[in-house]
Amino acid sequence: MNAANNNAANNSARGPSMREPSEVELLLPWYAAGTLNRREAAQVEAALAADPTLAERLEWVRAEFAQEIYINEEAASPPDNDVKALFAKIDALPARRPAVSPSTPTLADRIAEFFASLSPRTLAWSSAAAALVIALQAGVIAGIMFKDKGAGGYETTSVQPTAPGDGTYVLIRFQQQATAADIASFLAANKLSIVEGPLGGGLYRVRVAPTKLAKPALTDIVQQLQNDKVIGFIAATE
Amino acid sequence: MQTIADEVLIANIAKGDRSAMEALFARYRVRVFKFVLRMVRNEAVAEELNSDVFLDVWRQAGTFEGRAAVSTWIFSIARFKALNALQRRTEDELDDERAETIEDDADDPETALAKKDKAAVLRQCLAELSAEHREIVNLVYYQHKSVEEVSGIVGIPEATVKTRMFYARKKLSELLAERGIERGWP
Repeated sequence: MNAANNNAANNSARGPSMREPSEVELLLPWYAAGTLNRREAAQVEAALAADPTLAERLEWVRAEFAQEIYINEEAASPPDNDVKALFAKIDALPARRPAVSPSTPTLADRIAEFFASLSPRTLAWSSAAAALVIALQAGVIAGIMFKDKGAGGYETTSVQPTAPGDGTYVLIRFQQQATAADIASFLAANKLSIVEGPLGGGLYRVRVAPTKLAKPALTDIVQQLQNDKVIGFIAATE
Repeated sequence: MQTIADEVLIANIAKGDRSAMEALFARYRVRVFKFVLRMVRNEAVAEELNSDVFLDVWRQAGTFEGRAAVSTWIFSIARFKALNALQRRTEDELDDERAETIEDDADDPETALAKKDKAAVLRQCLAELSAEHREIVNLVYYQHKSVEEVSGIVGIPEATVKTRMFYARKKLSELLAERGIERGWP
């Protein structure tokens, strides 16, 4: 009985394999598909040159390869309007920040630009300064921060100060790990707006209500906001 | 013409850029559709799954960490969805499918050979493989995925990828033998 018949007998036995395939045999499908690295391809080619039965097996692999391609090419293709179906599903999702024109940067863009503009060293300094001031009482912090601003705190591209008006404000420093998207989501979800910053220590002055709130109401808001993952520090201002 | 890297498209999709989503979809829609179609063998289901795959890409782009290639990530999502769809299929649907797939079971091997050439028999046998075997055969032959990429998509070690492909081919040999074609090992 020749080798081919032996192999057929092995197959027709339908039982466990009588021998384990060699590494080169295992690689034949990838060799046929051209997806082996150079070293593995060379290994297969050397084995093929030395073993005619392996070359026969490769012909079968190539036949399978060709027919699998044929099956897929003959199979249906996705419909032409499938992109519409996809975007219909996307549009049905809960609102997500929209892509906007570069000419109208959002707050998130400006925050992102600000963080991007800082070197790691500046960022580390900013965080260290913020960590130091967090140890102080909130009212004192606000006073220090606003006094110091005119005395040479770093200046960066930032949200321009706007007239505070009669609203209610807090000071916030965002977590260093928070992304611009996280911050934008946080602000949108809580209907907050940054009116000034970054101030010294990476703080932002944030309006939490358009009118002056009583202290207990403000305390409640601060307690609620400080649980958010993007908040590194938050304090009410007078 | 320069091609925008998949990773750049994913980063833009994470920012809500619809044109990046369109570009990525155009790049992969056919390949992913064919892959899931090969697994679920139902065009309507494949269409639905295809858009679901890219809906997940849209939603999860911000979580893509770049540990594997974007295509590996997309195909792993597609595979997961196809397997879920297969699990949801009713027995009736599967019976219908079997009836369609095994169309010439009643023929003896000689008759089958006389009716069809070797390539056609081979295609029929490829179609009769299990979902697990169809999946790996499609990834290796049609999607041109390397051992490493298949490993990433299917979530199995590279050594298992190789042996799974071997056993898919061994099963193919058995199916061919049932139709009178002995091709040796495997």
